[in-house]
Amino acid sequence: MSEYKGVMVYGEVTNGKLSAITTELLGCGRKLSDDLGQELCAVLVGSGISGLAQEAIAFGADKVYVIDDPLLKDYQTDSNVLVIEKLVKQVMPQILILGQTSIGRDLAPRLAFRLETAASMDCVELAIDPDSKLLLQTRPVYGGNARAIFTCESYPQIATVRAKTMAPLARDASRKGEVITIEAGLDPSVIRTKVVEKVSEEVAGIKLEEAGVVVTGGRGIGGAEGFKQLEELAKLLKGAIGATRPPCDNGWVPDGAQVGLTGKIVAPDLYIAVALSGSSQHMSGCSGSKNIIAINKDPEANIMKVARFGIVGDWKKVLPAFTEKVKELLGG
Amino acid sequence: MEGEIGIMNIIVCVKQVLDPEAPPASFKIDPSTNKVVPPPGMPPVVSTFDEYAVEAALRIKDAQGGKVTAISLGANLLRDVVKKPLSMGADELILLDDEAFAEGDSWATAYALAMAIKKIGEYDLILCGRQAADWDAGQTGSGIAEILGLPSVTVAKKIDIVDSKARVERVISDGYEVIEVSLPALITLSNEHAEPRYPTLKGIMAAKKKEPIVWKPADIGVDPSQIGAAGRRTKMVKLFQPVREGKCEIIEGESPEEAAVNLALKLKEVKIL
Ligand SMILES: Cc1cc2nc3c(=O)[nH]c(=O)nc-3n(C[C@H](O)[C@H](O)[C@H](O)COP(=O)(O)OP(=O)(O)OC[C@H]3O[C@@H](n4cnc5c(N)ncnc54)[C@H](O)[C@@H]3O)c2cc1C
Ligand SMILES: Nc1ncnc2c1ncn2[C@@H]1O[C@H](COP(=O)(O)O)[C@@H](O)[C@H]1O
Repeated sequence: MSEYKGVMVYGEVTNGKLSAITTELLGCGRKLSDDLGQELCAVLVGSGISGLAQEAIAFGADKVYVIDDPLLKDYQTDSNVLVIEKLVKQVMPQILILGQTSIGRDLAPRLAFRLETAASMDCVELAIDPDSKLLLQTRPVYGGNARAIFTCESYPQIATVRAKTMAPLARDASRKGEVITIEAGLDPSVIRTKVVEKVSEEVAGIKLEEAGVVVTGGRGIGGAEGFKQLEELAKLLKGAIGATRPPCDNGWVPDGAQVGLTGKIVAPDLYIAVALSGSSQHMSGCSGSKNIIAINKDPEANIMKVARFGIVGDWKKVLPAFTEKVKELLGG
Repeated sequence: MEGEIGIMNIIVCVKQVLDPEAPPASFKIDPSTNKVVPPPGMPPVVSTFDEYAVEAALRIKDAQGGKVTAISLGANLLRDVVKKPLSMGADELILLDDEAFAEGDSWATAYALAMAIKKIGEYDLILCGRQAADWDAGQTGSGIAEILGLPSVTVAKKIDIVDSKARVERVISDGYEVIEVSLPALITLSNEHAEPRYPTLKGIMAAKKKEPIVWKPADIGVDPSQIGAAGRRTKMVKLFQPVREGKCEIIEGESPEEAAVNLALKLKEVKIL
């Protein structure tokens, strides 16, 4: 196994910029590679993305492999697995990390099976074992009720990382690194899927993942009408609306509002949880929030154990009065 | 495959798991065995997303005819639990039920399931849940596809069969993308798909009478060293419950409205507002 060396980060690009998860991965990868005394490289896959290589260096990479090809414009499983498989066989990294995103979720397992190694998904902690030098992969299991630490003795050790669990390095434009262009060399006939259309359902206003305040409603809100009241508070606090799964499944709010294990990961300064029980799967998406406030009629609800402040009561009575007072305090 | 596909053969992978909706306070780990203790009085269930996969299969069958075969892998599977796809309307149930299948990781499980699917032989579509509600791995579907050499689309919310291809709506963070994939293919389902149907009384009666087909490792031509705990590629070093620090301060008031006002004042006082 000794021929395998270094840490590789699979970078993602959104709207012409390195996505936040990529800078987080580079921060985490830098630490792992320093602990191993090895190099950190990044790989950027896409079309028209070569300009971002320098950016990956500014965030910590020693080397950046760029695979830029019109066939790679949209993420597709077959094409990405092929180009990364080829690159991994050439570079032979000990560790490969990706984001737990719609891309990483799809690519990491398929690639791991292709390379006859294994992946750990949705890790919240990665470290090098001082004795074995293996990657210790800590991930929540059982919906977040427990955590497990895994190791894998085949290389590369592959892991995906949950958003907002790793700290990026400060951007340093003076950092030096090497950019290497790799030919995709793809035969279009090997791609068995076709992206016909992309449909954006993004809600106007502040992006949920980036909001400093999130007002989240659960099943107890009871309908779309109730969410209008939550929206009023969110607007007042310049925040975004979130939801647990039932309001999304019931069509009270768009699916994109779901926070949790299989929804969005948020970590705002203020998370106001209204009429939701605080299931482990939901908390997986918001437990990084600085301050959680709960409004629930059940004093025994799990959310009351994890919140900083709570009110036991009917949200229909509590929320309007709260919104009114907040408006007054904010002087508006 | 050319032209229209008439009757579709659909295989759905369904896992029996501990009830993921059990209250967090009831969750316990036995540190001496590194295993989860099943919460008392909460029977296991079919994993959430797998019910959506069954629903997706049944919708295709309803639309154009087909055969839906459910397959579950485990040890000592509870018939009442794993028969749920039958009671929803699936035609056949195959169980890979043996101690040797227990405690596998995604690799060992995907391998055994893929070998069973090979033995079934005829399939146009294989459906899985996006992730199982116990270990939340989210890998088995992609693994089966890779082993069988099939294209895959993950985290789907809708599947339509058009001109012998599947048109899949795949959920992404800011909406969805429509992907066309050639068949046979493997697709994993998410809860954004239409809700699973409730079993009808007729379905429940039919499921009661139907005997599942049970396959042992030898029946699917796998060596016990490749499956279950023996076939793992990942080692679990430790399983633990994270400690929850923090104490909630309950804000009181004479009325809910007064409590609300007190909360706003408190948030101002501690400079959260
Ligand atoms: C594998 C898996 C992944 C999942 N992923 C996610 C995920 O990403 N995100 C997610 O949210 N869920 C997820 N779930 C679902 C999760 O398990 C729970 O079912 C869900 O979070 C429950 O939502 P809830 O708290 O709104 O509803 P409930 O648990 O039903 O809670 C409703 C709460 O509202 C309170 N209430 C009711 N009426 C009022 C009122 N008038 N005033 C005040 N309080 C009131 C009740 O006391 C109760 O506490 C997942 C489940 C599985 C198995
Ligand atoms: N033991 C099993 N029996 C049947 N299907 C399974 C089993 N394990 C996993 N699957 C399928 O693979 C999906 C993803 O599981 P996992 O990779 O374990 O998260 C599940 O939703 C099921 O569809």
